[in-house]
Amino acid sequence: MSLVNFTAREITCKIVYYGPGRSGKTTNLQYIFGRVPDTRRGRMVSLATQGDRTLFFDFLPIDLGSISGFQTKFQLYTVPGQSYYNATRKLVLQGADGIVFVADSQARRFDDNLESLQNLQENLLSQGVDVRTMPIAFQYNKQDLPGELVLQPPELDESLNFRGVPSFGADALHGSGVFETLKGISELVLRKLAAGGIAE
Amino acid sequence: MSVLQGAHRFEALVVGTSNRTAVTAGRAVANAPGSAYNPLLIYARPGMGKTHLLGAIAHQVFALNPAARIEFITLDEFVEGFHVALSTGQGEQFRSRFGNADLLLVDDIQFLSRQREMQAELLRVLDVMLAGQKQVVLTSDRAPAEIESLDDRLLTRFAGGLVLDIAQPDYETRVAILQRKAEERGATFPDGVLEAVASLDIESVRELVGALNRLLAFQAVSEVPIDAAQARILIGGLQSAAATTELVVEQAEVMEFAVAGHGEMIPVGDPRRVLADALPGVMLGQSDTLGGEPIDDPAAEHDDKEEGPPHDFGLPGEPHEYQDSHEFHDAGAAAGSPDPLGEGLAEKAALQADRDEFGDFLSDLAATLARQVDPWRARVGEAILRWEGEGFRTFRLERLLEDPEPADPESVMIQYEADAEQLLELRAEAESLAPEMAGAAQLTDPGNMAAAEAYMQRVREGAIPPAAPAEHWLLDDLIEGPGNRMAVRAAQAAIAEPGRKYNPIVIVGGSGVGKTHLLHGIGNALALASDGHVACLGAHEFTQELIEAIERDAVTAWRNRYRRCAALLLDDVHLIAGKERTQEELFLLFNLFLETNRQLGFASAVPLAELSGVEPRLLTRLEGGLVVELPPPDRELRQQLVERTLAGRGRETDAELITYIASRPAESARAVQGYVQRVLHSADSQQAKASVALAREVLEGAPRVVRKGIVPGRTVSVAVASSGGVKSREKTVWSWPTLSERVIEEWK
Repeated sequence: MSLVNFTAREITCKIVYYGPGRSGKTTNLQYIFGRVPDTRRGRMVSLATQGDRTLFFDFLPIDLGSISGFQTKFQLYTVPGQSYYNATRKLVLQGADGIVFVADSQARRFDDNLESLQNLQENLLSQGVDVRTMPIAFQYNKQDLPGELVLQPPELDESLNFRGVPSFGADALHGSGVFETLKGISELVLRKLAAGGIAE
Repeated sequence: MSVLQGAHRFEALVVGTSNRTAVTAGRAVANAPGSAYNPLLIYARPGMGKTHLLGAIAHQVFALNPAARIEFITLDEFVEGFHVALSTGQGEQFRSRFGNADLLLVDDIQFLSRQREMQAELLRVLDVMLAGQKQVVLTSDRAPAEIESLDDRLLTRFAGGLVLDIAQPDYETRVAILQRKAEERGATFPDGVLEAVASLDIESVRELVGALNRLLAFQAVSEVPIDAAQARILIGGLQSAAATTELVVEQAEVMEFAVAGHGEMIPVGDPRRVLADALPGVMLGQSDTLGGEPIDDPAAEHDDKEEGPPHDFGLPGEPHEYQDSHEFHDAGAAAGSPDPLGEGLAEKAALQADRDEFGDFLSDLAATLARQVDPWRARVGEAILRWEGEGFRTFRLERLLEDPEPADPESVMIQYEADAEQLLELRAEAESLAPEMAGAAQLTDPGNMAAAEAYMQRVREGAIPPAAPAEHWLLDDLIEGPGNRMAVRAAQAAIAEPGRKYNPIVIVGGSGVGKTHLLHGIGNALALASDGHVACLGAHEFTQELIEAIERDAVTAWRNRYRRCAALLLDDVHLIAGKERTQEELFLLFNLFLETNRQLGFASAVPLAELSGVEPRLLTRLEGGLVVELPPPDRELRQQLVERTLAGRGRETDAELITYIASRPAESARAVQGYVQRVLHSADSQQAKASVALAREVLEGAPRVVRKGIVPGRTVSVAVASSGGVKSREKTVWSWPTLSERVIEEWK
């Protein structure tokens, strides 16, 4: 996709929220949706699959207006977390400029996180994308749950974030960490853009 | 004098974009009082840190120079002090109190509004301090131009220094302020709490500190740390009193304590009743909005939220669209996620946080984008910060940032920086020539270099000192006689203690009695004894200079030329009669010189009592010094004058001739010298010796001795001018009448 168009002075970023089922990806988008002024957001769209009619991703377009002279638009997507929707995930991943991996901080969901992360890497590889060049940020959601139920961000970093990318503790339900994560991934995407990763 | 608060130091100031320029200027002023920006005026809405900055400057000046005399007052104190001084007849002491200060800090000058008398007094104080290169810093809650009926002269004085405003602190600064204040109080808050408060629409630092106080009070009675959402409601809900009440009621129910506004803990029975006491005027909400059902399984709340497909997103095959945020909240609630803050509260919190959170995101993103996509924007931003710190205007750079597609930003930036560098050089030059003019606004705008150059031209002109006393008129050359002895002795006394013994010294006398000689003699002697420049000129010249300065809009530079002088001596001061502006300027200079013990001297051909058209305030000041008269020369003085004049012309001393000339009546020394000149000239033209006979002939018209070979009645070459130097053919008498005709003529 066209990330930056210098001629038209437009920037369009596609950011995909990835992660295991019920980790809070949709909640992230919903929180953002609720905080963006009406004039700046499109309709949050949920699309269903043709076969079993199950919703297979969420889509939230945000028009950030003119920033530094560029008409800037963000397209936020979520993938269905359930393992049986892998084809959909691959589809949504196409052309992504950045990925937010929303991990569930609950200790009991640790394996799901690992599995989803491996799935992400496989899907990226299958599309010829080097995972090392893809801007990724981690969000450790549900940090507001009682301490005995969740793993702390340093522990999760150690297990999941072996590339040392930016990570954020979050409570997406109440909004803590949501915009921080979005800001973090945005910076990574824009940095990559400045480093020459510009698709015209 | 106001009490200087110990906490008001630069170290305690949180510097952000909104106050960086003001703080930088404040530091510059504190590090070099009187030379950087003088006067410095800072205006901002209440609660932005103006008084703190004043205190910081005072502390810094004191730290660098413990001997510095610092006056820190509010305008109210200034007014009160002045009225007390007037009522006790100590007006001069009041003025000199400020004249002697090294640093004057005046808070809240907006109260000068419509107080003409106090404006004039402050103007006087300002002039004295600025002339003495003493630092003045003022604050106001509005721009000077917005202070009602403010004297234009005060406005120009302010404009001559530096006028800055402090804007509302930005988000980052608000966070930093909250963190600093929390640290000072030893309080810690969970991540996001202070950020949440900073994201609210709090306009002043003082309100921000108040918000922190409320957080502290709240946390003091809470068993669990307050979180960001609660903080947002607690503080943001101030505008929405009900929201505050709901939250506090909820907390009170849990803790069985409520907190009054001042932090006092109150045991409660009915928390609503206690809160009604603690927060009078606040309407209490309904119990059914207090938080819903308890959450048994907090993890389920999150999991349910992600249930998505089967519960949330409509029917199979039908694309589901969220219409608006209400739908989203409804969907959340329907999915079984109770809002612990209550629906209404959550909505209010959301409404409050929406704009801020998204706005912050946009602002951060813009900064990132500027850094990553258009690197020049970051450089322009840095340049703005840098040059604002130097006190320069940065409109040109700001316009660059506002322009979505500037044609050639690099060249604009390079040109701006070149201009700014040049301004720095001009400022340094101005600093060396006239430090009090170095802080002028014209030297802070790289967007208007022409104005800067024009201003510097005036500064350079202003650096040229006024006319000095004529070197040939020395006091030692003045012949002292019984008539002028008092004047000469007074002049010597004034020279021995310039500015202290007789100040001013006013010499009064008719034309040609030696006033100018005496005045210039004093000037030369003062110049010898002083390192400074002595201004000595005629009043007419003084007025002409002022007129030229007014025409060129360079009065300040002109004035400063005189302000820097060690002494001011003005000849023919009677000529200022009827010239109002000259009198006003002279009056200001007069006061300045008197207050700084610098010698003033005047010569007048008209006795002061007979001087009309001169303002009484100036006249009384002239009379307040020593007025000495120079009478016409007496015989003894005339004899010495003749002797000296003859000797000066290399003539032999003829006692009889001297006695004769000295015996002639003369109203002035100049007339005596004229006699001698005429006699000598006549002698020279006749190639004869200067004698009594010749003198009598020249001065009285006595019969001259006809030289052999010359026919009487024919042409002779006798010059008639008193100076003896007239060679004009028209003025030469070619045909004298016969003696008999002349006698008859004289007899008639």
